[in-house]
Amino acid sequence: MRYLFRTDYRQDISVARHGGDLFWYGLLLFVMFVIPLVMGEFYVGELGGVFIFAIAGVALMLLVGYTGLISLGHAAFLGIGAYVNSVLLSRGVPFAITLPAAGLFTAICGAAIGLPTLRMSGLYLAIATLAFGSIVGTVFQKWESVTGGFDGFAVPTPSILGINLDGATGIYYASFVVLLFVIWVAVNILRSPMGRAMVAIRDSEVSAQSMGIHLARYKAMAFAISAGMTGLAGALFAHYVRFLAPDAFDVLLSVQFVTIVFVGGLGSIQGAIFGALFVRLLPQFIAIVRDDLPFGIGRLPGLEPSLFGLVLVLVILFQPDGINGLWQKAKHWFTAYPFKRQQSSRRQKSYAKSERLR
Amino acid sequence: MEDAARLLQLVVNGAAAGCIYGLIALGFVLIYKATEMVNFAQGDIMMLGGFVAYTMITHFGLNYWLGALLAIAVTAAFGFVLDALILRRVIGQPQFAVVMLTLGLGFIFRAGAGIGWGYDSVGFNTPFTNKTVAIGHLVLGEDNLSIIVGTVLLCAVLYVFFSKTRLGVAMQASSQNQLAAYYMGIPVRTVFSLIWAISAGVAAVAGILLSPVSMIDVNMGFLGIKAFAAAVIGGFGSIPGALVGGVIVGVVEQLAGYYLPAGFQEVTSNVVLLAMLILRPQGLFAELTGKRV
Amino acid sequence: MSLFEAQGISVRFGGIRAVDDVTFNVEKGEVFSIIGPNGAGKTTIFNLISRIYNSTDGKLIFDGHDFTRTPSYQVASLGIARTFQNIELFPNATLLQNLLIGRHCHSRVGLLSQMAFLPSTRRAEIQHREKAEDVIAFLGLQRYRDSLIANLPYGVRKVVELGRALCIEPKLLLLDEPSSGLNVEETEGMGFWIEDIKKDLGITVIMVEHDMALVNQVSDRVMALNYGKVLAMGSPREVQTHPEVVKAYLGGELEDVA
Repeated sequence: MRYLFRTDYRQDISVARHGGDLFWYGLLLFVMFVIPLVMGEFYVGELGGVFIFAIAGVALMLLVGYTGLISLGHAAFLGIGAYVNSVLLSRGVPFAITLPAAGLFTAICGAAIGLPTLRMSGLYLAIATLAFGSIVGTVFQKWESVTGGFDGFAVPTPSILGINLDGATGIYYASFVVLLFVIWVAVNILRSPMGRAMVAIRDSEVSAQSMGIHLARYKAMAFAISAGMTGLAGALFAHYVRFLAPDAFDVLLSVQFVTIVFVGGLGSIQGAIFGALFVRLLPQFIAIVRDDLPFGIGRLPGLEPSLFGLVLVLVILFQPDGINGLWQKAKHWFTAYPFKRQQSSRRQKSYAKSERLR
Repeated sequence: MEDAARLLQLVVNGAAAGCIYGLIALGFVLIYKATEMVNFAQGDIMMLGGFVAYTMITHFGLNYWLGALLAIAVTAAFGFVLDALILRRVIGQPQFAVVMLTLGLGFIFRAGAGIGWGYDSVGFNTPFTNKTVAIGHLVLGEDNLSIIVGTVLLCAVLYVFFSKTRLGVAMQASSQNQLAAYYMGIPVRTVFSLIWAISAGVAAVAGILLSPVSMIDVNMGFLGIKAFAAAVIGGFGSIPGALVGGVIVGVVEQLAGYYLPAGFQEVTSNVVLLAMLILRPQGLFAELTGKRV
Repeated sequence: MSLFEAQGISVRFGGIRAVDDVTFNVEKGEVFSIIGPNGAGKTTIFNLISRIYNSTDGKLIFDGHDFTRTPSYQVASLGIARTFQNIELFPNATLLQNLLIGRHCHSRVGLLSQMAFLPSTRRAEIQHREKAEDVIAFLGLQRYRDSLIANLPYGVRKVVELGRALCIEPKLLLLDEPSSGLNVEETEGMGFWIEDIKKDLGITVIMVEHDMALVNQVSDRVMALNYGKVLAMGSPREVQTHPEVVKAYLGGELEDVA
């Protein structure tokens, strides 16, 4: 066990709790940096995909895990980011501008959809984003002059500072840098008044309001930040897939994003990373075992979505803290051994909490 | 005259589709009023109901009415078990966890139906298939009329049930105040499971009524998304509101399909939903909501 | 001029007048208690003052400023803080975070500065922490600083809620049944906190309370309500012996009792 003695207010604010944290995070950073030098193209590409999903995961974690709002339309934001980036790029705008432009424009879209719907309970946001996602999907299909419709859209190769971000390695590093940026912003938000306002809204709206938090404004801000980060992920996603098809951004993708958050563990940035790893690796795993499954289950057309559904159900029922919860428990077990107590990890009983006036 | 007849025909077709949306929305509302959960798998339960009816009628060779009745009963029992085994466990978890849980269940139901009944569209013979009624210039399909009549009858039955029977009144009481109902000796948890059963039964009725108009297939549950528009228009707490909302969505959709360019029809319900949330988020039949401190 | 004035405020739910033409004023530095049977409209008055409900009539004046139509989220920055009957803390945040949320109405840094955690944000954060630590020290909550609220006993949560309200640095503090759910000792402790808040911090207090011992211990003036109407106002002793109040509490006709 490590005890932390507090000698300064700054200690609470700083990101790393102690020297050990700095060491481990530094090591991780170094390893991630050298991976493309030692691993094959395929694995580098897959890890790039994990990074992109992790960006979207962190974005959605801020919204679901910290603000307590759910969005079933984040695939649409990913799509908006992807198309804005690619369309601008194909008109000759440099990547250094299209990437932030994709994030900014998506954030504005998020604010525009969030402001009106967030006056009502969070439930309406789930429904509204579902509707929004399907409208945006239709727009991608029908606005052929810009998106190419069902013929698709070939994404030009991005370059930054004269270096072509071509192939898996280029996308890997670009996504890695953006992921680090997004995590940095998320951590900053969480230790600022904005982050505390989000947590307050999640835990008690009435009380948040009486602390001076303008509910609709902060919810819309959280939603816009989350949408904007997803837009950044979208811009990278466009280069990851290299060819945009309008039906890639459907409800299933939105559900995958939410699965990242739930499987990873609500209310932790680490959880979003764990979740992204899981969600990206699950299809690979299915591909490997597909032929060995009994009764031809492996060849069912709806296998992947139903597995995501099953995982969601199981996590919500039996492991609401997600992978991060397991990780924390394991860490606790090792540091506290042999003093592990049952109590310390037992779930609290919860009762029906009504937001309704009775 | 021609135009008027065409318009009327569109309205009737739209109202029929709207009744289906209304029935799915009714399922949302019943469950929401009782447990404050929203069942995102409601459309998929409708799909299951349709497939069960298909099995009863086509495979077991039952008469349409008997098969339909059995299918409704089976689906209702399924709803009861679903609540008793799974949804009861998440009472008290945040609302969005329930949203994701039911969404996940929907995916599982779709896969289950795919395994059980395959991924092709199926249909069965009904007394209303391919029959029409002509009134002057107006030619109406009996299939569409049967949906409207069926919905009206079902609503009458539900109305009598909720206002006149002991069980119905107990359900209303449990919805309004769980704790008080519990103290009055109402077995609240069983009552909630029964409400899930009713709502699943209503979904099955929707699936069976819809089958002569459109085939039954694994993905018909996506109609549930349109039903959200119906429920929101109705204010999400009002049963007549859900039906009125459904009819509005259905009619607007038909008119948009006829008068607007291709591609607009499929997004109509979503546009109506977003417009409603922006202009009048509390719905047409608002209920007072807010938390008491 | 009084610090706070309610002039003929009313609110109706359906056909019931929950608060009916209530007028009172609170002087700077006093502890003003509102008593009355269950359902008399006490908490509703608090919900009117914190603008969760709209008053159908009348006026609310604070520090010479009419805030009858001020949105609810701006009430805190006017200098009015409140606690809740059944505790409305943020259970999945630590005690320190809860107190820092109380500092929200004093935060002035822009969103972009927060996202980049610029030096201005860092300085403001350190100041907020200093204030929060002052409150922790004042209420003796040091040992719970980093505990999640969900893991704290009820009595401690009650004090934390008081602390969160103090972090707003209010001029007026609304305490909704500060003693509910507390045992005799904890209630006594609460009484001392309220006295300290009044004397040491100079904060004016309006309190809704059932526990008459606590009311007598801390109140300068008392207002009794029943069915949303004012029955009596005055010193604790005057109000408790007022015939209308006795009638309301005992329920029966006074003539019969006498």
